[in-house]
Amino acid sequence: MGMKLISAKEVTEKVLSNKALFILDVRNEDAFSDWKIEGEQVEHLNVPYFDLIDGVDEIVDQLPKDRDILVVCAKQGSSEMVGEHLVDAGFEDVFVLEGGMKSWSEYLNPVKIGDLKDGGSIYQFVRIGKGCLSYFIESNGEVIVVDSTRTVDAYTDFAKERNVTIKHVLDTHLHADHISGGRLLQDRTGATYYLPPKDAEEVQFDYEPLIEGKDISVGNTKVKAEPLYTPGHTIGSTSLIVDDQYLLTGDILFVESIGRPDLAGKAGVWADDLRNTLYDKYKELSHDLIVLPAHFGSVSELGDQGQVQAKLGDLYEENAGLNMDEKEFRRAVSENLPPQPNAYQEIRQTNMGKINPNDEDQREMEIGPNRCAIHG
Amino acid sequence: MNADKVLDAKGLACPMPIVKTKKAINELNSGEVLEVHATDKGAKSDLAAWSKSGGHELLQDTEEDGVLKFWIKKG
Repeated sequence: MGMKLISAKEVTEKVLSNKALFILDVRNEDAFSDWKIEGEQVEHLNVPYFDLIDGVDEIVDQLPKDRDILVVCAKQGSSEMVGEHLVDAGFEDVFVLEGGMKSWSEYLNPVKIGDLKDGGSIYQFVRIGKGCLSYFIESNGEVIVVDSTRTVDAYTDFAKERNVTIKHVLDTHLHADHISGGRLLQDRTGATYYLPPKDAEEVQFDYEPLIEGKDISVGNTKVKAEPLYTPGHTIGSTSLIVDDQYLLTGDILFVESIGRPDLAGKAGVWADDLRNTLYDKYKELSHDLIVLPAHFGSVSELGDQGQVQAKLGDLYEENAGLNMDEKEFRRAVSENLPPQPNAYQEIRQTNMGKINPNDEDQREMEIGPNRCAIHG
Repeated sequence: MNADKVLDAKGLACPMPIVKTKKAINELNSGEVLEVHATDKGAKSDLAAWSKSGGHELLQDTEEDGVLKFWIKKG
């Protein structure tokens, strides 16, 4: 067969189908150890492309003969070079990731989560390469997009296919791990962009405040997205209750972990807010609510369609972050925190409109894993 | 910084900056310095990693107006 380009979408399908996949990752060792394509059945070999310029003789013995090999690099060029060497060395089924880790980082996989009571649906857009989750909630021809990524074509194309209009865009908090597509979506669609005012004190553009008790209606008036002020990850973090069925928790509560309170430099103060939100405020809500977070931390959290969701009641039993005494909790959220996300300060500044990097720079800033979670 | 040879790899995408650097350094003697100009941002970490694995020494790197410059001493 020779060498064939394969898209991030097709790789996502392979990863989710749990088929065995062998990845030859030819980025340098630091890039690989920082961040890679993960999956339950994914096996890796990391050899930098600059050690394979003259051919693949030295690694032939470490490669499977009976399985597809996917060659991955930062942008595609180096994988093609190595892919050609593999074909020359007699390997038959060699795939190269189109656009490299760059496109892997950006690809969004839309999954339907469920229906709304009075018509309409809620979809989760899974950014599998970076662990970000955003939402597309549609009712009676109108849509609200929550925690949009900067690759907004995914949402506008999805809306166009369904002949629906994006009316509202909101961010549950000021993001530090990825660049929000909120403003861009507002510009493209004329939608209203909402932000929690306490996170938006320094923003350089107009927005609509997202305030507790002030419902946002989408389409059929009974489909209400009710904001719920839940500080902790940031001072302004606000959750949404959609249709009395779904709890969009932003970066406060994840399926296997909880949010970190330190990315705006205030771990100590916000640790109490986080505790209060997780151990009091959320506890008073119906435990039948389906939790839909803004991130996942590991592919083990993905369901059979690639979706990330859990019942609030189940999380109170299973999520270690919800089962700590006060002392343990304080230690978990303030000590031994994971490294901070790549360029997180620049990303926050971009989301505030204080700096305006070009597309290429925005892409570079977002490279790498998100690290918004604390695993208990 | 003085260089024994200058390689212009501006406008080239990965893997070409390193392919050319490797070729250029092969033509130098041990201890001589190669100066590389590149615009591919990935070159920064890759040249550092490549120098290390090849036993060369990355003496200095700068960035000016989008042009990355590297000085590599052949090992």
